[in-house]
Amino acid sequence: MATTGTVHQTKWWSGGKSPFNMEYGKLMMWYFLMSDAFTFGAFLISYGSIRFSQNFWPDPNVVFNAFPGAGHANLPLAFVSVMTFILIISSVTMVLAVHAGHKGDKQGVIKWMLWTIVGGLAFLGCQAWEWHHLITGEHAVLADGKIEMIGQTMTGNPWGNLVEDNAALTAALSNTSHETLVSLVQSHDHTHSAKELAAMSDAQLKGMVNLAEMHVREKGPVAFGGYFYGITGFHGFHVFSGVIINIIMLMMAQKDVFAKRGHYLMIEKAGLYWHFVDLVWVFVFLCFYLI
Amino acid sequence: MSNHYDPTKDISPSAAYPEVSFHHHTDDAEFKKRVKKTTILLSVVTIVELAIGLLIYNLHKGEVNRDFLILLFKGVVCILTLLKAYWIVSIFMHLGDEIKNMIMTIIVPLLLFVWFIFAFIYEGNSYKNLRNTYDLHFKETTTPAKHHKSDKADEKPVEKSGKE
Repeated sequence: MATTGTVHQTKWWSGGKSPFNMEYGKLMMWYFLMSDAFTFGAFLISYGSIRFSQNFWPDPNVVFNAFPGAGHANLPLAFVSVMTFILIISSVTMVLAVHAGHKGDKQGVIKWMLWTIVGGLAFLGCQAWEWHHLITGEHAVLADGKIEMIGQTMTGNPWGNLVEDNAALTAALSNTSHETLVSLVQSHDHTHSAKELAAMSDAQLKGMVNLAEMHVREKGPVAFGGYFYGITGFHGFHVFSGVIINIIMLMMAQKDVFAKRGHYLMIEKAGLYWHFVDLVWVFVFLCFYLI
Repeated sequence: MSNHYDPTKDISPSAAYPEVSFHHHTDDAEFKKRVKKTTILLSVVTIVELAIGLLIYNLHKGEVNRDFLILLFKGVVCILTLLKAYWIVSIFMHLGDEIKNMIMTIIVPLLLFVWFIFAFIYEGNSYKNLRNTYDLHFKETTTPAKHHKSDKADEKPVEKSGKE
């Protein structure tokens, strides 16, 4: 596109100039990102392969239906769409920072880098909330003839098949521990305090459990947790390191390092990395939340 | 484009990177238009993806035999995602503006993914089918027990997990 007649006459491969018309650091950033794409690709494909080897896989809309401050409201896809838009917008501010760098506009670079960093931190905050919610939010599961309360961890997945056999659930109640009975009742009964419930006998508690409202499930595939935390964690680590890189770039711009150097090409390389983080999220979003 | 080349506005001197033969120059208005357009396209496609996601959710809740429709929507979402990826790489990362040889050294290795995805998804599916054939305990304990009204109840689990 930008090539012209004079450029075509250049002897690209005779040495002294880049055959790709690109400075070394940027070219190597591209190749690093390509190898990183294979790392992420291998993780996601491994996830897909395991998922296809299972008869049952949890429905993402059931797993990811919470929103900060919305209590137990069923809001599938809502929070993750916020995270997605945060990353898209921070990608746009990064484009603007790179463009400001092309023009040698120091104040523009600083302004847009700051917004990009804010976007990255906001995304990390969202992810921290989501992980915390998944790990500590406990759900009732029927396992080994008793009901347990488990969160989404590396070793347990509370999103198996819905148990519709009420007789089995009633039988399981008699093997269920006192603590679990208390939290079962607590999940739908708000008239008693935790202390009052803990003081009640198992028989009383069993009478209060409303099995129809419980949505007790079987345990789901264990691999779900490992893949979810592994891949979103690896992506989150990329976001984190991207934020650190952006902060360093911001400080260097602030201290006129690039102005003295005469160009802002480092911003461009940091920008490539940041866009890549956004690119990977597009696929993580697809594989974990949409399909 | 070098006809419009104005050295006074070029702040990345070739002296600093002598290996670079020419610089990309996009004029400000055109650049802003392009970024704005791409941002809007990315947002719109994301909203469409979310709408399809909710549609899939409601089809699931419906408990009707709609597996083909669900699979179709999931396919559409995959294609939309590839489109988003293309815009991010081509416009935001400016790969589309680089010279062709450079683009090819990035794109051609990525073609490995075509085999990579199909081979491993096939492998996972094949493992599931083998286990369902030879490991009845696995089949009985993991197969969702719903959709009884469908006369193809036995095929159900196979189709259900045939999603990604």
